Amino acid sequence: MKRLITALVFFAALLVAWQLVYNARIWSPVLVPSPKSVALYLWENTFKPGDGAGGANPNRWQLFFAVGITLKRLLAGYFIGLAAGIPLGMITARFRPMRDTLGVLALGLQGLPSVCWVPLALLWYGQTEAAMLFVVVMGTVWSVVLATEAGVRNVNPIFVRAARTMGSRWLHVWVKVIIPASLPFIVSGMKQGWAFAWRSLMAAEIFVSILTGFGLGQLLHYGRELNAMDQVVGIMFVIVFIGLLADKVFFSPWERFLHRRWGTG
Amino acid sequence: MTLQQELAATPSAKLVVEGVSKTFVTGRDRVHALDRVTLRVNEGEFVCLVGPSGCGKSTLLNVIAGLEIPDEGTVLTDGAPIRGPGRDRMVMFQEAALFPWLDVFDNVMFGLRLKPGLTNREREEVARYYVHLVGLERFLHANIHELSGGMKQRVALARAMAPNPRVLLMDEPFAALDALTREQLYGDLQRIWEERRKTIIFVTHNVREAACLGDRVVLFSPHPGRIREEFRIPLPRPRDINSVDLAEHATEIMRALKGHLRATEVQP
Repeated sequence: MKRLITALVFFAALLVAWQLVYNARIWSPVLVPSPKSVALYLWENTFKPGDGAGGANPNRWQLFFAVGITLKRLLAGYFIGLAAGIPLGMITARFRPMRDTLGVLALGLQGLPSVCWVPLALLWYGQTEAAMLFVVVMGTVWSVVLATEAGVRNVNPIFVRAARTMGSRWLHVWVKVIIPASLPFIVSGMKQGWAFAWRSLMAAEIFVSILTGFGLGQLLHYGRELNAMDQVVGIMFVIVFIGLLADKVFFSPWERFLHRRWGTG
Repeated sequence: MTLQQELAATPSAKLVVEGVSKTFVTGRDRVHALDRVTLRVNEGEFVCLVGPSGCGKSTLLNVIAGLEIPDEGTVLTDGAPIRGPGRDRMVMFQEAALFPWLDVFDNVMFGLRLKPGLTNREREEVARYYVHLVGLERFLHANIHELSGGMKQRVALARAMAPNPRVLLMDEPFAALDALTREQLYGDLQRIWEERRKTIIFVTHNVREAACLGDRVVLFSPHPGRIREEFRIPLPRPRDINSVDLAEHATEIMRALKGHLRATEVQP
């Protein structure tokens, strides 16, 4: 409860500071929109039923559609990244030649900011969904490979020996010992992969403007084109909110469970 | 199958180690860990292997466990040569090697789940029996990191015994514990051994510990690892590690050990 109040006070103070800066008119309202105009933008593009003159609101639900499109792309790319990255990481950990080749490649490409894949994706795939998927997968997969590899290599060999004396054989050893033993690493790799996927997709959506669906990144891009700062800031809020939500709903409980089980942290 | 039938199902085994040699090559070094070691262990016998570090006693245990393949020689359990690790020979390591992603109960269940011929209900009953036997029924669903060092080794003992192995191999299982906890575990192990009568091979460098637990103490010396001498400990059980009779046996073994060490130091 006390933590909740602290957080609320902090964010309220931030809001007040923003309003004060707006009131002081140091910068033009085009550059610094008021909190109210941002809230209004969010309201008009989500729940507001009418346009005020008796007609329907043409922008109603627009943000939800955009979030839906963005999350669909994100999850598709993310899960492809996991499905490829986790097995590749295991193989890399187990075979030295793989470590010297694929491992080095993964390390190098993980250091490449994912926005750097956008020009290549655009030339290969054009303005298509495939281009965006490619960028997201490239953003995700390498950090997942590296985290899985680290996890598998850090499994205490005595766990495997103990399992073998109890009659466990290779597939059983992998499923029941090596994977659970490296789970703390794999989960932190998945979390990092998620963050990278999110960043890559925003970069891709800003650069790849296509008609198969307007995601959050595209709305952000058009906000800039239209000089609509309330839209730009509003969309940024939505992006931050989704990131927080994913962390609190998906990753935090899992990490808490692992910490409790393993007695770490 | 009832719990009683399951517990009685597999008698302990006779173990024969015949002329086992093992050399490790690490870089330019060659370590002659075992040199033509021969050892016979009867059903239900408690044998302690004692020697300084590097004398090959742990290597011999790993060979018997099937985790290491000897360069020469064979190991037979009841006449059958061993091929790789198997649930008829369970191992307890110095670190408990418990799986931190499972609770106490599931750790004990790990080997049982791999054992055919039992229903899950029977497996659970057996697991509970052994958790009870080591006195940890209150911690059945505790996480591993919540246990003390001594409790962890108790769980490891329960886990090793649960699939009812014919031989129990223990590799310095109490070396990392404090003296008080260790004394408690000597008592527990003796009580459990009396109850279950497993063939136990127990590796230690602690002579007094060996004299306290073993029917027989086998003395190893290093470079190359060889069996030097054997001592029978005819004391009645349960034995107290601090008793004077036991100290006499331990002193005798210690004297022999020092003698062999001096002898091996002279020859380069």
